[in-house]
Amino acid sequence: MSGCIEFVLNGAPRRLPPETRPGQTLLDWLRGPEAGLTGTKEGCAEGDCGACTIVAEEPDGRRTPLNACLALLGQMHGRSLRTVEGLRGADGAPHPVQRAMAEADATQCGFCTPGIVMSAWAHARPTEEDGGGAHEALAGNLCRCTGYRPILEAFSRIPEDVAPAPSPSAPSPAAPPAPAPVALPGGGRFTAGGQDFHLPENLASLLTLRAALPEAWLLAGGTDLGLRVSEHRERPPAILCLSAVPELQRLEADATGLRIGAGVTYGRLLRLVGQDAGFAPLATLLRRLGSRQIRGMGTLGGNLGTASPIGDALPPLLALGARITVASARAGERVLAADAFFTGYRRTLLAPDEVITRIDLPRPPPGAVFACEKLSKRHDQDISTLSAAFLLRIEGGTIAGARLAFGGMAATPAHAPLAEAALTGAPLADASFATAAQALARDFTPLSDWRGSAEYRAAGAAGLLRRLYWRVARPDLAMEVHAP
Amino acid sequence: MTAAPVFVPTPARMAPTRSGMGAALRQDSALKHCTGEARFADDMPEPAGLLHAALVLSPMAHGVLAPLDLSPARAMPGVVAVLGPGDVPGRNDISPSGKAAEKLFAEGLVEHWGQPLALVVARTRDAALAAAAALRPAIDPLPPVLDVGQALAAESLLMPPMVMTRGDWQAALAAAPVALEGEFRCGGQEHFYLEGQIAIAIPGEDGEMLLHSSTQHPTEVQHIASRVLGCDYNRVSVSCRRMGGGFGGKESNASWIGAATALAARATGLPVKLRLARRADMAATGKRHPFLFRWRAGCDAAGRLLALDATLAADGGHSLDLSGGVLMRAVTHALNACDVPAVRVTGLACKTNTVSNTAFRGFGGPQGVLLMEDVLHAASRATGRSVEALREHNFAGGPNGAVTPYGQVLEGDLIRRVWAETRTLAGWDARRADIDAFNASHPTLRRGLGSFVLAFGISFGVVAMNQAGALVNVYTDGSIRLNHGGTEMGQGLFIKVAQVVAEVFGVEVERIRITATSTDEVPNTSPTAASTGSDLNGWAAHAAARAIRARMAAAAAVLWGVPEEEIAFADGRATAGNHAMTFGELAQHCWNQRISLSATGFYKTPDLSWDPVAMKGHPFFYFSYGASVAEVLVDRLTGEHRVLRADMVQDCGRSLNPAIDLGQIEGAFVQGMGWLTCEELWWDAAGRLRTLGPSTYKIPGSRDVPPVFNVKLLENAPARAETIFRSKAVGEPPLMLATAVWNALRDATGAARLDLPATPERVLNALQARPGEG
Repeated sequence: MSGCIEFVLNGAPRRLPPETRPGQTLLDWLRGPEAGLTGTKEGCAEGDCGACTIVAEEPDGRRTPLNACLALLGQMHGRSLRTVEGLRGADGAPHPVQRAMAEADATQCGFCTPGIVMSAWAHARPTEEDGGGAHEALAGNLCRCTGYRPILEAFSRIPEDVAPAPSPSAPSPAAPPAPAPVALPGGGRFTAGGQDFHLPENLASLLTLRAALPEAWLLAGGTDLGLRVSEHRERPPAILCLSAVPELQRLEADATGLRIGAGVTYGRLLRLVGQDAGFAPLATLLRRLGSRQIRGMGTLGGNLGTASPIGDALPPLLALGARITVASARAGERVLAADAFFTGYRRTLLAPDEVITRIDLPRPPPGAVFACEKLSKRHDQDISTLSAAFLLRIEGGTIAGARLAFGGMAATPAHAPLAEAALTGAPLADASFATAAQALARDFTPLSDWRGSAEYRAAGAAGLLRRLYWRVARPDLAMEVHAP
Repeated sequence: MTAAPVFVPTPARMAPTRSGMGAALRQDSALKHCTGEARFADDMPEPAGLLHAALVLSPMAHGVLAPLDLSPARAMPGVVAVLGPGDVPGRNDISPSGKAAEKLFAEGLVEHWGQPLALVVARTRDAALAAAAALRPAIDPLPPVLDVGQALAAESLLMPPMVMTRGDWQAALAAAPVALEGEFRCGGQEHFYLEGQIAIAIPGEDGEMLLHSSTQHPTEVQHIASRVLGCDYNRVSVSCRRMGGGFGGKESNASWIGAATALAARATGLPVKLRLARRADMAATGKRHPFLFRWRAGCDAAGRLLALDATLAADGGHSLDLSGGVLMRAVTHALNACDVPAVRVTGLACKTNTVSNTAFRGFGGPQGVLLMEDVLHAASRATGRSVEALREHNFAGGPNGAVTPYGQVLEGDLIRRVWAETRTLAGWDARRADIDAFNASHPTLRRGLGSFVLAFGISFGVVAMNQAGALVNVYTDGSIRLNHGGTEMGQGLFIKVAQVVAEVFGVEVERIRITATSTDEVPNTSPTAASTGSDLNGWAAHAAARAIRARMAAAAAVLWGVPEEEIAFADGRATAGNHAMTFGELAQHCWNQRISLSATGFYKTPDLSWDPVAMKGHPFFYFSYGASVAEVLVDRLTGEHRVLRADMVQDCGRSLNPAIDLGQIEGAFVQGMGWLTCEELWWDAAGRLRTLGPSTYKIPGSRDVPPVFNVKLLENAPARAETIFRSKAVGEPPLMLATAVWNALRDATGAARLDLPATPERVLNALQARPGEG
């Protein structure tokens, strides 16, 4: 049984013809003959420039900006989408956001402008992730002409757009924040053009399908796989999309920590941890993970499945001792320690018929020092040269325990056992961290690439460890060049 | 979370009150950009039967290429044609200068990774891309030369050395009390126009070919396409309404893209679109030239420079392209705003097995002006005087010489004025003390302050290119249609030229219809480049409008029985004493009197000369001046850094449009900052460029803009040359103002050498190279 992809586009319901190929990008479809909406541009086809930004309108009134170049058409089933053409008023007048951009001289060549207009429109309301200023809203949009100054001026002139849905009440400081609601698209299966796109509606169906289709692309957010379609023009015969499985969308917080469904977007995760002081360093790191567009699609489960050695969110899982639940129709659930999950370059303990379902992230113990770090050529929306997460237990001026995890230093995200040993039992002093930094050189043999040489990775990792001391010793001082 | 950005209100950004000169009007398409209605080439409705093309690119940097077997691609589904060098009916030659062997498709030898080998034409873009990927070029590898230093050592050059000398530099070097020397490098830069290269070719009858091209140089697209097709220029029409950014990257590179597309349309008899995906665009099109600098200099104990001998080695890539012009500008700008009495500057265009480097905003100027900064830093270390004191001490003009080594006079008063105003705007002295106090107190962070002063020559280095044409039509309702040889890439040229015409006719700018640049309407044009767009096309449009206005004035004078010189054109009306009629009524009257309401205008920049052998002459109509101060914050542990504040004063003469000029200054500064800090091109050992998209090649984002960013246009400084309404060019000069960021990083790190781009890695290396640090 094959159905039709349905979504709301610019306020009007669309039911796509059954012959519509489900694995094409939303951008190709929008710009193609059927939709003919050429206001959305292709600048890079890799989810980085933002010229293709469109907005998903959530049922609660929130707006999620997305890269149309990475989103697959089948993934959009059941959603409500808006493009730059859909912003005009009923009278045909330009939207205030469009006027503000023009009046601030915030366009020169104009090619990036529709995407920036959509990011601005999304930013006029609370987004899926809540919070963040104009730079967060713009991190996923590149402009090569203006130098951004007039764009930021336009952003400052855009009035807040009142959301019709009530925003969640502020959490009390003691209670963990309420998990964010999520709307599910409903299931389906779309078969056309040599592609079979499955959108199972529950975990049992997903696991059955996975067992039957071990070669199918397992599509969580699609920020990695979407690239293979958009940039490398791949056409996988079978895609198994996770976004309609309610079990994977659960997100809970309590005194012990977070339980994060594998299909939860980084945007929703950020909304939760952004309100949770215990995870503040993680929230700061997540704000630098991709862009708002990427966080609106990408998931922690997807990053674990991809197992990239430079996945920004993976070192915190190691530092905090996360547990990863995987499931299959064959063997049911099993729980794996994050420390043991990665077995090699982009390889994990996951069996071909297994699916990651949940990540349990323990809360940093009271009094512990928790820090997340990332080095990259550009502060925003850059892939890490290296990243790190640190957890220190300090008792009476002595480091009682140290968990130091790094990304970008080895074939997998990994602990630094010698540096951990050097710190454990050492006095809380600069010299201890200098010694541990020397031990790091024996923990890792990093590679050289376009993001940084092996020497820089080693020196930068040592620098981050030295910074950890100063974070503890001088909490009164800002320790980063981008600190407010 | 980040604090809201803080900006000082800019006086230039006022509500438009009038249409003519000096009004801060918006870019003509601003609102259309924001609604998505503005059509770029790829947004145009597709003609029936449109085919799509894809390039086959070399997988190897250097090697002997066997004739390509095209049959695997021809067998792929949807493929209509596969075209290689043997399928070129004209000449397989895309050299923009006509002085070098530069091929559309490689033959016999592959000279860089990403070099075009063939073109696949198919019914869909995906079919074309898949077929292109199916070809397996047979290449017998040769060792690639990937680095300018390697090419220099091997004396592998694309053209003879360019040597500019003055005085007995050898004797002066030997006699100077303090000897200085240095070596450093700067990297290239990808243009990263948001709209990639694209052309659409539509064949017509009798061998006609219409090309919609995203190009800064429609005439060159016409010429190169005609050369490849083997037809007369009059068969090829090239049109461009707008580009999604150009920055020099759509000067010569757009021409071969257009030519390849025309070839495909000729071969198939159907319309063809060639749109490069970002990766292919970054692999196959040229970039800014990386440079290696080696220099020796001499100064006295007070730091007054006496002699300089410098070599500027540019990495031209595998072919000449525009390297001669780039090098000429680098060499002529090597002293920038400073005076050195005895000089030798040698420019070398080195050949490497990388993509042929090309025009990029500043065209060698940004590299050239780095030299004196390195010299001033060395002199500062040797004399103990600040870089700024030495900069002032060595400014051209005043007590020092004002004549450049090639023979033009710099305006020493303007050099000193832009610097003095910038220093005040920046609050230099107070901040210097604050920064020193901060540096003494913070355990891991350092601040630094840097300055820069620019003197940038305006005109094309090739004298003949300094010409422009325009076509103005007045219709009998008083509406006006404007066309000229300049192209719109976002820089606001169209609105500026429309303002010139509005001023001449005394009408609102809304009366003027701005139209696509077209080789059919204005022929034999120069590229929109070298910052000359409004200088050249403004005057040409002015001439055309003046010709029509003179005829209209004569008609009104006869009608009213008054002298012609009493006819005034203002506020949409023609008046003389008590006589008045609307501009449209007068246009209708002219038609009734059988008076032509259409005119072409032509302009050539006066007083230009250049002897490329002697390296002497008057190549620039005038100079644009600017100065800047930047403050940075550097992390000593990681090398991360951020620009905290930038202050600058740019000379725009009497600005044609302060809003447009402000946008050019801000945008150019940030683009220059990107070149100098985060934008790094990285080739692997096999010569493959691995930074092929924005995920790996990082241009500045909004957070990288200085949170305090003060830009001033120099006031009360009408151009002394006879420029259009005494304005000055603005496209390129402010890019170089970002050099202050380099100097601020050098101040913060204290490093004797800091190569560019100054990524966190290079900054950390510089910090750790300093004794007692790290």
